[in-house]
Amino acid sequence: MLGKLSLDALPHDPIMMGGAATVVGALIFGALIVTFLKRWKWLWSEYFTSLDPKKIGVMYLIVALLMLLRGFADTLMLRAQQVLSTGDSQGILSADHFQQVFSAHGTIMIFFVAMGLIFGLINLLVPLMIGARDVAFPLLNSVSFWLYIAGVALINGSLIIGEFSAAGWLAYPPLSTLEFSPGVGVDYWIWALQISGIGSLLSGINFLVTIFKMRAPGMTLMKMPIFVWSVACSMVLVAFAFPILTATLSMLSLDRLIGTHFFTSDMGGNPMMYINLIWAWGHPEVYILILPAFGLFSEIVATFSRKRLFGYTSMVWALALITVLSFTVWLHHFFTMGAGANVNAFFGIMTAVIAIPTGIKVFNWLFTMYHGRIKFATPMKWFLGFVVTFTLGGVTGVLMSVPAIDFQVHNTLFLVAHFHNMIIGGVVFGIFAGITYWFPKIFGFKLNERLGTYAFWCWLIGFLLAFVPLYALGLMGAARRLDHYDPSMGWQGLFVVAGIGVAVLGLGMFFQVLQLVYSIWKRNENRDTTGDPWNGRTLEWSVPSPVPVYNFTHIPTVTSRDDFWETKQHPQADTRVPFEAIELPKNSGFGFAIGVLSALAGFAIIWHIFWLAGVATVAIILFVIIRTTGEHDSEIVLSAVEVEQIDAAARRKMTAGVKK
Amino acid sequence: MNKTKEALARRIVSDDKVTFGFWIYLMTDCLIFASLFAVYVVQRSATAGGPSSNELFDLPFVLVETLLLLTSSFICGLMVLAAQAHRKNLVIIGLIATGLLGAGFLAMELTEFSHLISEGYGWQRSGFLTAFFTLVATHGLHISVGMLWLFVMIYRVSRVGITPATLRKLTLFSLFWHFLDVIWIFIFTIVYMIGVL
Repeated sequence: MLGKLSLDALPHDPIMMGGAATVVGALIFGALIVTFLKRWKWLWSEYFTSLDPKKIGVMYLIVALLMLLRGFADTLMLRAQQVLSTGDSQGILSADHFQQVFSAHGTIMIFFVAMGLIFGLINLLVPLMIGARDVAFPLLNSVSFWLYIAGVALINGSLIIGEFSAAGWLAYPPLSTLEFSPGVGVDYWIWALQISGIGSLLSGINFLVTIFKMRAPGMTLMKMPIFVWSVACSMVLVAFAFPILTATLSMLSLDRLIGTHFFTSDMGGNPMMYINLIWAWGHPEVYILILPAFGLFSEIVATFSRKRLFGYTSMVWALALITVLSFTVWLHHFFTMGAGANVNAFFGIMTAVIAIPTGIKVFNWLFTMYHGRIKFATPMKWFLGFVVTFTLGGVTGVLMSVPAIDFQVHNTLFLVAHFHNMIIGGVVFGIFAGITYWFPKIFGFKLNERLGTYAFWCWLIGFLLAFVPLYALGLMGAARRLDHYDPSMGWQGLFVVAGIGVAVLGLGMFFQVLQLVYSIWKRNENRDTTGDPWNGRTLEWSVPSPVPVYNFTHIPTVTSRDDFWETKQHPQADTRVPFEAIELPKNSGFGFAIGVLSALAGFAIIWHIFWLAGVATVAIILFVIIRTTGEHDSEIVLSAVEVEQIDAAARRKMTAGVKK
Repeated sequence: MNKTKEALARRIVSDDKVTFGFWIYLMTDCLIFASLFAVYVVQRSATAGGPSSNELFDLPFVLVETLLLLTSSFICGLMVLAAQAHRKNLVIIGLIATGLLGAGFLAMELTEFSHLISEGYGWQRSGFLTAFFTLVATHGLHISVGMLWLFVMIYRVSRVGITPATLRKLTLFSLFWHFLDVIWIFIFTIVYMIGVL
């Protein structure tokens, strides 16, 4: 009846119980707050069932930032373990628990933090930047979001019921096959990723159609803001790479469920095939994350340099080139597999080549600043920090593209330092810059600059302190994922420095939380009264902040790149066009239902409760059939009068709270 | 008058979005199959002491199977033409015929599977059989989903007739069905024809 599920699945180890208690406690605490404030109905009708991409974007950001705290808690445990666990001391974690923690850390940070933040910003910004009122398929967008939440629920559920994978963030076989990982951990990993991955794939399709079919009149491809270009390229990668992930995870799951032999080490299975497949998805995935970050920085550097972006066309070509090349480098993740010198040489050269378009982008950003009137607001500080750290990471990447060097540092902390350098110094800095820059557009007030600056310096210094020692340790031969090492290696000092670095990063996050709380408290002092607080360049700054539900009262006609900037330079007589009625999608609980049922189905398969998995799957199919065949009245219409009222109210609200 | 024209224009634009989106979906599905094909090609010789492809496949049987699917695709194409001509009854007949041929295809596939399994050559036997069963069954699963869609369409056409929305859904269905046909041609070539060489 309940498959493999029994009371033994609850945690027994004190640290594990602590983790479970934290998750359960946070959920109860959140529920109590909502109940106390009597906000359940509001939450349901304004957010959970909303099809407005701005609200879905905000939900993505909130959940992903909470997951960042969860992933950071894992970091603290990993760093503490490696500082302490040498010689006679075994540190604070058992070897098995240590493995679960680093597997969870990597999985959460990539799939549920970085992807969540990127999709959050894409939802918030893309429709606004292309002058559209919505995404192409609003309902599908909500489904994508709730599938992401289903993944989040499963991966956190593994803390409470059962265990998580101990096979690393990519679960290489044969370790991840049933023979060597008989528990439910790998199944949790598979289904959390499978479900949220399908959500990402659907989002990819959705935003491709949005960008190619819903641009405002006059916005040709080469007049799109560069962020939209970066998202288009990133979504092309999603559409090409995520199907491979779906297929690969399915195959691994079949190996574990019905005894197939894809990746087993006997009966004709081929574990290296998994590693090829997972990196054929995994390498493009890195670019799925970094390309939108490039786009965010491109918008920010142009705004704060008061200049148009240098080399727009070459930026676009660089993005497109990276998109294509990112599928030709996956083998550099396993040069040591023994594919032969010629194969390794090819992939090594392609890896070095992909640094060229990336380098073009870095120079374009620098030239954008050249002779600009630079304003050192916080987003710009994140950008400058990014240039330094990202270039450092890029250089170490090119170093490792040489197969002979890679043989030396393969699977060492050098590699760990390299990819954190790209993900933190590239993606995360980009997201923080983006959130700071677009915060007033989303919420109507700016974040506190001083606390933001403190947070930035903590992140930059903390990052360098935490990861430069790892480069050194890697060169000294420290393998990644060590839960214990011999004191004679002389590594402990550097691990202590790295631990201090993580503490400084933690201080940075503390300042960010403080910044958020303080800025909300003092929001009336930092109101965005014009809708254009930074003297921006793209269409989203032409509408009031926070943006009304319909985005634009009138769909703008675009005549040039940075259209809003050009309009500001040549102000024209205010020709009042009459307001018109606007159609918007009606709220729907469909996405929520699909998310809950998917999480249930995933949970049931993990625990081999097959009847429940069957029931949940049939329910999903029925929901889809009913929703797609019925003639629903899926849209509401705002009349011209209502639009006028909402517009006036939005403009009034911008200035109302400000103290004279 | 102006209002309906506007509504119509909007509808056409939104149809355009759905069709474009569906094409992208088909391409992503194509990549799932591409992954499975790649795996099959790698695993083809990994027989682990079990039977190899030329000992197992019965080409004439699979040819009949193939012809069933191709014919169903042809009739599916005629069905869309009938839908464009707003001939409701012809559409329903076309859908039923497509479905029957699809069911015949599925029945033959399941016969082949049960035959292999009963001889002890299930997917657990070797890496080769694992890849074979997964690739062919994934296609079969898609056909099953198509059949379900087809039933829903029969119900819909008989109830509401050929509205613009129905016409679009029928067109998308036929895209899906033809796509599965193309995938099957590759399966027939790469798995069965090369398999018996």
